Amino acid sequence: MIEMTIDGIPVQVEEGSTVLDAARFYGIEIPTLCDHDGLSSYGACRLCVVEIGKGENAKLVSSCTYPAETGLNIRTNSQRVVSARKMLVELLVAMCPSSKTVQDLASAMEVKQVRFKVDKTNDCILCGLCVRMCEEQMMAKAIGFVNRGKNRKITTPFDKKSDVCRTCGGCLYICPACELRCQGPAADTDLCNACVNVQPVCLKEEDNKMCFLETCGWCYEELGRKNNKKEIIKK
Amino acid sequence: MANIDNILKKHGYKKSELIPILQDIQAEDRWLPCETLKYVSEKLDIPLIDVYSLATFYKSFSLKPRGKHVVTACCGTACHVRGGPKVLQELQNQLHIDVDETTPDKHFTLETVRCLGACALGPLVVVDGKYHGQMNTKKVASTLKKYSKKKK
Repeated sequence: MIEMTIDGIPVQVEEGSTVLDAARFYGIEIPTLCDHDGLSSYGACRLCVVEIGKGENAKLVSSCTYPAETGLNIRTNSQRVVSARKMLVELLVAMCPSSKTVQDLASAMEVKQVRFKVDKTNDCILCGLCVRMCEEQMMAKAIGFVNRGKNRKITTPFDKKSDVCRTCGGCLYICPACELRCQGPAADTDLCNACVNVQPVCLKEEDNKMCFLETCGWCYEELGRKNNKKEIIKK
Repeated sequence: MANIDNILKKHGYKKSELIPILQDIQAEDRWLPCETLKYVSEKLDIPLIDVYSLATFYKSFSLKPRGKHVVTACCGTACHVRGGPKVLQELQNQLHIDVDETTPDKHFTLETVRCLGACALGPLVVVDGKYHGQMNTKKVASTLKKYSKKKK
């Protein structure tokens, strides 16, 4: 057994497990995107970053690929980790704003703006889930990474239908970018945030009629009263 | 296909020697056709996508037919400040092709490279591995003439 600490809590894990496995076993939540049960760890999305080491030697590592070691002091929610994670989500949104999974992650981490140039034509985040699915679960190896650098993409050999592809659809099933985000009125924006910024509708009842307006006259009146109260308290 | 079998035999049909095998094939045929990659993947029992990934990853492998002579212009920093872009433009004008293209008579292919490590010779143009240093727009024509088809 390996003894280490996660967020100050002493933990024991079996040898050969990763930091992510250990954190999950103890119920500590680490957001992931390219990690999937039954597929090998890949460390492509970097969303599972945690901080290890002390003082100047502290560094960020991807917990899904980092093996558990004796004496590790892991921080899963330090300021550095949270800010790094937020930037990673921003980069993912900039890479693929049409993905529901990515937008949900952005909303969950309360990312309010994207500082990077958003590419609306792109629909792949190169997480490699489909490639690993095809190889490890479907035993086909029909798709893979092609080219390199900014031209890197996932495709079949020569961009033609592969002879070994059985059209099982496993790649589509596991793809986090294929599921499109809510096609509401804000479907064209860079950042969805619909669930974070949603205005609650007014459920006030007056003379047996429901209001349903975002802010009706009644609400304003209520708001005014509240503000007056606050001012009175301040005074 | 005979030459591919010889090359594969030379490397002992080893999966780990995929890169040297492809290099040897490219040295003979000057490029890697689709059928060749399929044949190699079959013979070595490597998935075709792995062979294709590798061939597209390295810039030295070409999946498009290349001409008899490969003209490579250096676009590194040192060559750039010494007038590399002008030389490249002159090469494009003289050959009437763009970068990574081949002339219709399959004689010249124009390519670019980031740096060849011979910055003191810049701007540098390499034709079939032979370095032509201190290139300028006036010298382009005479250099190309050395490699153009012999007059009848």
